[in-house]
Amino acid sequence: MTALLETEALTVHFATSDGPVEAVDGADLTVRTGEVFGLVGESGSGKSVTAMAIMRLIQPPGRIVKGSIRFAGIDLATLSEKAMRDVRGSRIALVPQSPRTSLNPVMSVGKQISRVISVHGGLGWRASGARAIELLAMVGVPDPAHRAKQYAHQLSGGTCQRVMIAMALATSPQLLIADEPTTGLDVSIASRIIELLRDLGKRTGAAIILITHDLGTVAQSCDRFAVMHAGQIVESGDTRCLFRAPAHPYTHALLRSIPRVDADVVLQPIAGSVPALLHPPAGCRYQRRCELAMPVCCEKPRRTSVSVSHDVACFAAEKKYAAAS
Amino acid sequence: MPPLLEVSELSKAFPLRGATRMLATFRGGPQAVQAVSDVSFNVAAGETLGLIGESGCGKSTVARCITRVIDPTSGTVLLNGQNIAALDKTAMRRARHDVQMVFQDPTAALNPRLTVRRMVEEPLRLEGKLTSTQRRERLFEVMDDVGLGRDLVDRYPHEMSGGQRQRVNIARAIATHPRFVVLDEPTSALDVSLRSRIILLLEHLRKRLGLAYLFISHDIATVKYLAQRIAVMYLGRIVEEAPGAELFARPAHPYTRALLSAVPVPDPDAATERFPLSGEIPSPLAIPTGCALRGRCPLAQPICAEPVPLRDIAPGRKVACHLA
Repeated sequence: MTALLETEALTVHFATSDGPVEAVDGADLTVRTGEVFGLVGESGSGKSVTAMAIMRLIQPPGRIVKGSIRFAGIDLATLSEKAMRDVRGSRIALVPQSPRTSLNPVMSVGKQISRVISVHGGLGWRASGARAIELLAMVGVPDPAHRAKQYAHQLSGGTCQRVMIAMALATSPQLLIADEPTTGLDVSIASRIIELLRDLGKRTGAAIILITHDLGTVAQSCDRFAVMHAGQIVESGDTRCLFRAPAHPYTHALLRSIPRVDADVVLQPIAGSVPALLHPPAGCRYQRRCELAMPVCCEKPRRTSVSVSHDVACFAAEKKYAAAS
Repeated sequence: MPPLLEVSELSKAFPLRGATRMLATFRGGPQAVQAVSDVSFNVAAGETLGLIGESGCGKSTVARCITRVIDPTSGTVLLNGQNIAALDKTAMRRARHDVQMVFQDPTAALNPRLTVRRMVEEPLRLEGKLTSTQRRERLFEVMDDVGLGRDLVDRYPHEMSGGQRQRVNIARAIATHPRFVVLDEPTSALDVSLRSRIILLLEHLRKRLGLAYLFISHDIATVKYLAQRIAVMYLGRIVEEAPGAELFARPAHPYTRALLSAVPVPDPDAATERFPLSGEIPSPLAIPTGCALRGRCPLAQPICAEPVPLRDIAPGRKVACHLA
């Protein structure tokens, strides 16, 4: 499959009076056409900032310092704001974290969707209104014609999120970024939203970047995923490979720190906490929490292949796999 | 030995007010939201009972009735044989030292203008048993218990991390040596790495201090880890109760099956068989008669319109389903 989105050495800093907060540090990501790609990590690991950088929504004092974002042949990092407006919202769409606060409380949801259609698709209000109802039906909202006339406060959290997904799909984007789309929703609703996203991705051929901190969701719905820690991508690859043989100590630790419904486990919390991103440790930012840390970890680890579809950025893992092969 | 906590036929209705009530009167609809109906369960000393269910099912209302944050409409709550639901204000104030609560949002639950010392000593001061020197000793003791450094006692909440704040909440809850602690989603607002540490802390404290917990959460994996027995609530009623392992191995109620099958398993090779319910949870103002799940249940039969009591199906197992 071809790469739809490729970021290389993507680095985002936020300027403060004490120096830059290095929120994303050299992130390399590849998202292929039509796949569901997961982005996992603790709070403050830079998942959302990475997504915002891809959409070029980083506001000052934040800045993309370095790196490229190649999307379907164009480099978004250097695109003019004017040209970016044709990409953002139409070819790359965002499903935000809190659907209720992202909807306009004083405009009916149908109208909000049809606005997106008329701005990006150039349809008249009558045609875009009809299309909005079609989209609501597509995302599984019952009685869409009636729902389209309602306001955000009249809808449940799950339905609000479906409306946001309908809005994101209004322009048939090639890439959909879903930033923790199920936070605050009950398990049964959450699993249906994730299923809906997957299903819509398949039907429309759109690739999906799914940002989450839940490894269960990743295992059940992503084709490939990347693990982020303190602004660095530590490991990425095929979901099966990563769960079967996690190579980075952080991925290992994450998997051991969650209670599971399918097995009896002994919980082992991850040592320490995510380091501050203002003057973070040089090199690998996991070194102070890592049991395998070596002196060399003060240098930045290269991305090395563990297998065809599995990369890791870790000196200890590199040594282990070099010895094995 | 009688159980430490015995809740029987607990119900709570919130009367509608203002415009909503007027509308209900015109439409001939109910005048109150039936948040909890006929809930009965026991918790033994040193045991954790998990309470799971979706938002709005009445879990937190049960918790608030037990701690008498709100007054139940009917039913009894026996703690050590004493009916908490019937105590007057003064007697309840004394009883409260035995029942404590930890809330979901560690930041909102703390007073931003008080130091840790003030907050943790407050329940002890209200209890009035200890001198100020003894209170300080007890303060340091509970700080050690919850794994907070003694140097943190003069900090304010904003000077601490989310995990430390939740530890302060726990310290405050256990300061008066309660036998029973209600934990209302204590880990939901925490990040993955902090969550596992708080889970381990709660388990450690239960074993060491012989505490009993009512653990309320929609995080089903965490409930499985901590609870010996689990009760499942749907629209204000308990629909199933079982020992934790059995509930996961053989869920008897269709709602339990649906709920458990929706939990994403962190294993890409796991065979997941979804048990889907149709539609969304109905409004608590319009709870269906008979089995409340019947409009959404794929197994529903005509008999499901009949009232369905919680009945024993095996030792320690109860279910409210005509078909189970």
